[in-house]
Amino acid sequence: MKNLLSCAGAVAEAAEAWRVSSRSTSVSFEANRLKQVQTSDASSVALRIFHKGKIGFAVASGSDDVARLVEMAAETAEFGLPVKFDFPMLGGYAQVNTFDPAVYRMKLEELVAMGNYLVDKIRKHTPGILCDVQVSRGLSSFVLASLRGGEARYEKSSFSIGVEGMLINGTDMLFVGEGEGSCRMPDGIDALADRVIKQLELARKQASVSTGILPVIFTPTGVANVLLEPLLMAFSGKLVHDGTSPLEGRLGEKVFAENLSVWDDATLDYCLASSPFDDEGVPTGKLPLIQAGVVANFYYDLQTAAQAGVQSTGSGRRGGGTPPAPSLSSIVIKEGKASFAEMVRDMQEGLVVEQLIGAGQGNTLGGDFGGNVLLGYKVENGKITGRVKDTMLSGNVYEALRQVVSGREARWVGGTVFTPPLYCPAISVAASPQVDAAKEGGKS
Amino acid sequence: MKNRIVHLLKGHSADYIEARFEKSFVTRLTYRGGRLEGVARTASVGGNIRALVNGGWGFVSFNCFDKLREGAELAVQEARLAGREKVQLDRQEPVVETVTEEARKKAADVPLLQKKQVLDEYNDIILRRADVVSSRIDYHDIVHRTVFANSDGTYIEQEKPSLALRLTAVARKGGEVQQAGVSLGSRGDFSAVEGLHDEAERVAKRAVALLSAPVVKGGEYTVVLDPVLAGVFTHEAFGHLSEADFVYQNEKLAEIMTMGRRFGGKQLNIVDDATLPGLRGSYKYDDEGVPAARNYLIREGVLVGRLHSRETAARMNERPSGNARAINHRYPPIVRMSNTFIEQGEATLEEMFGGIKEGVYLKDWYGGMTSLEMFTFSAGEAYMIRQGKVEELLRPVVLSGNVFATLGNIEAIGNDLEMNQGGGCGKGGQFPLPVSDGSPHIRIARCVVGGK
Repeated sequence: MKNLLSCAGAVAEAAEAWRVSSRSTSVSFEANRLKQVQTSDASSVALRIFHKGKIGFAVASGSDDVARLVEMAAETAEFGLPVKFDFPMLGGYAQVNTFDPAVYRMKLEELVAMGNYLVDKIRKHTPGILCDVQVSRGLSSFVLASLRGGEARYEKSSFSIGVEGMLINGTDMLFVGEGEGSCRMPDGIDALADRVIKQLELARKQASVSTGILPVIFTPTGVANVLLEPLLMAFSGKLVHDGTSPLEGRLGEKVFAENLSVWDDATLDYCLASSPFDDEGVPTGKLPLIQAGVVANFYYDLQTAAQAGVQSTGSGRRGGGTPPAPSLSSIVIKEGKASFAEMVRDMQEGLVVEQLIGAGQGNTLGGDFGGNVLLGYKVENGKITGRVKDTMLSGNVYEALRQVVSGREARWVGGTVFTPPLYCPAISVAASPQVDAAKEGGKS
Repeated sequence: MKNRIVHLLKGHSADYIEARFEKSFVTRLTYRGGRLEGVARTASVGGNIRALVNGGWGFVSFNCFDKLREGAELAVQEARLAGREKVQLDRQEPVVETVTEEARKKAADVPLLQKKQVLDEYNDIILRRADVVSSRIDYHDIVHRTVFANSDGTYIEQEKPSLALRLTAVARKGGEVQQAGVSLGSRGDFSAVEGLHDEAERVAKRAVALLSAPVVKGGEYTVVLDPVLAGVFTHEAFGHLSEADFVYQNEKLAEIMTMGRRFGGKQLNIVDDATLPGLRGSYKYDDEGVPAARNYLIREGVLVGRLHSRETAARMNERPSGNARAINHRYPPIVRMSNTFIEQGEATLEEMFGGIKEGVYLKDWYGGMTSLEMFTFSAGEAYMIRQGKVEELLRPVVLSGNVFATLGNIEAIGNDLEMNQGGGCGKGGQFPLPVSDGSPHIRIARCVVGGK
């Protein structure tokens, strides 16, 4: 890195380098059996320079050609945006725990055993199910350095486990699934297996709902799968600055229901999205996005913050091959008072939604959400009566979340979202009459 | 290179072993908020080794080449851990070949400044329209070279250039935000993205029109899909279902997907063809070194074929199709589509719309997804049809249906087949894989449309 920076320093006014090295191992089960074991080693260096007052950017992975990387970055600087910020001084960060050596001490055989245990437990409940399981663990190191700002680094361990189960009857297919992830090993995987078993229980029978406006409960999985992207995209400082966010100019305005509070938090210990500083060296923190229904903050990286005349919120994150951009870390939604059972009891006819096919395909920027229910249940007179399919949901977060009740059983979804179930009183539902035909030939 | 890779694959106690090395160079131009935000370049090299022992696979990927022997040994060990039963791969004649790519105007050779000038013109057109607040343009071109070798004696060097462009216009009035876009792609031929001024104009116009467009009433409609959206439908509603890796270990799905089963009317033919010249999903050899082929999936409404890797073909005792593809060296090849389309029919547009009392005409795409049984896809552009006439513009709609019912509900297939080269396909964490899809206009009865 030193060599790269000094080489870059010879042509540029300022330079910053970001190196990520990772090693990960995963075991994959297909149709209930171990099928593949995979190891991946990867490293890459991203170079960002200020060259003649403009920003240049290039990435190299697997190549040590420092001169070539500098040349590529200088080439792009000709077309870059004018420099409006300085690379920060690196250091003095608060401790955020993201590394647990136990993850890497685990033997491959133990990963396999966990997968087997999960498959066996689910199959014991439903013998005909075919499960695909992936158990992965990884170790990554992140180093950020700049010509004048010094150097900062951290290490992150990761563990994730996910299962997808498929049950076929005639041409009827039922899909269930859950997953979790953390920088640490889970205490056990029974809770994960139990959630999948619960899904199988609730989906045992089929039911059909009416077409019209119905109340809908989004389970934590449903919230993460359906609502978060159209809700949170609009908080990106970049979209706000571009004038394309529906929330532009609405800071401080009450846009959502009073009992909706959402924040971004990259400082939570052992969370997959946590880190002491963001990918540009800005300290991370806890950032309220919605406070009691009020638009509280937008999230920024250095470049966008400078354009908008505000401070970076420590939300500069990088994807492969692209410069930093504003991005969220762990999302936390505040718990409310209602229990899931109370929410269900409140409904005459309604839906519980876990997964939609095609969620996030429409005009998410405008707040639209929708899709076909992949896993969801009908509620009738306060009771879950069975699984719903061939049913479309569509709505817009700016209408749907103006009236929302948040539940009290919050939990982590996929290791990056901590949310309770959310109850929306009025969502548009279109059910296909074909459901009846499927029901006749289907299972009961 | 050749000696090194061939030597690397010798002397392992595996049933099969292969290595794939690759080199790629990506150039991206990104416009946000109405201006060029930057150009980014990525150079990468990497490789992988995959081994098969008793039906279990071991896979090791890397981008440091100094411990290749250890990598190969690790892949064999991993495969042994996963292996349970004797599995043969489909037999293939070894191939030794170098495949090069000819483009009319290689994107990699076009100077950055010229790329910028072309995109600037589209950007200006989009921004010129009143109520358009912003543009978003994503352009990238990739030069991708792979070297593949396996223990059967195959050695293939292949060039796989690719290019993709998406133009988006964002219109806003108060809290209302609407967007419209267009996606294009090619095999690295820059001329595919030149001369799109009219397209840019249309995109801007549509984004603004959407601000005042009504939302369709949700329910069942007869729908007409344009070739772009019908292509996405073909890909989502049937393409994925014909990927053998979903089927070969799943007896019940295999029963559903029995050869000879009727899925649609006599006029319905669905093909996946990686040998079509010049398309983004085309290739000469797949990532297992199997020659690409034209594969009929549905002929005259009946299931006649499916897409295979060497393993799935052998396990199902069917003809290999050359559809094992990997997005890059970090992933093993899995069964994927190439260029998937509904063959040309006979209906004229007049016949297509005629007799529809109330329906929806859907064009262009936002995206699509399938669970195998159910599919959804979203249209970027939708219009009401009344008494056979295309009427007012609607807000973007999401369509959904049951694959088995919907294919049977195709009532008419047009005579205007077009292939679309935009977008990419995602499966098993590998996204975006260059594919193309296409269709003539089609009319489908009883489609569920989400709305108010």
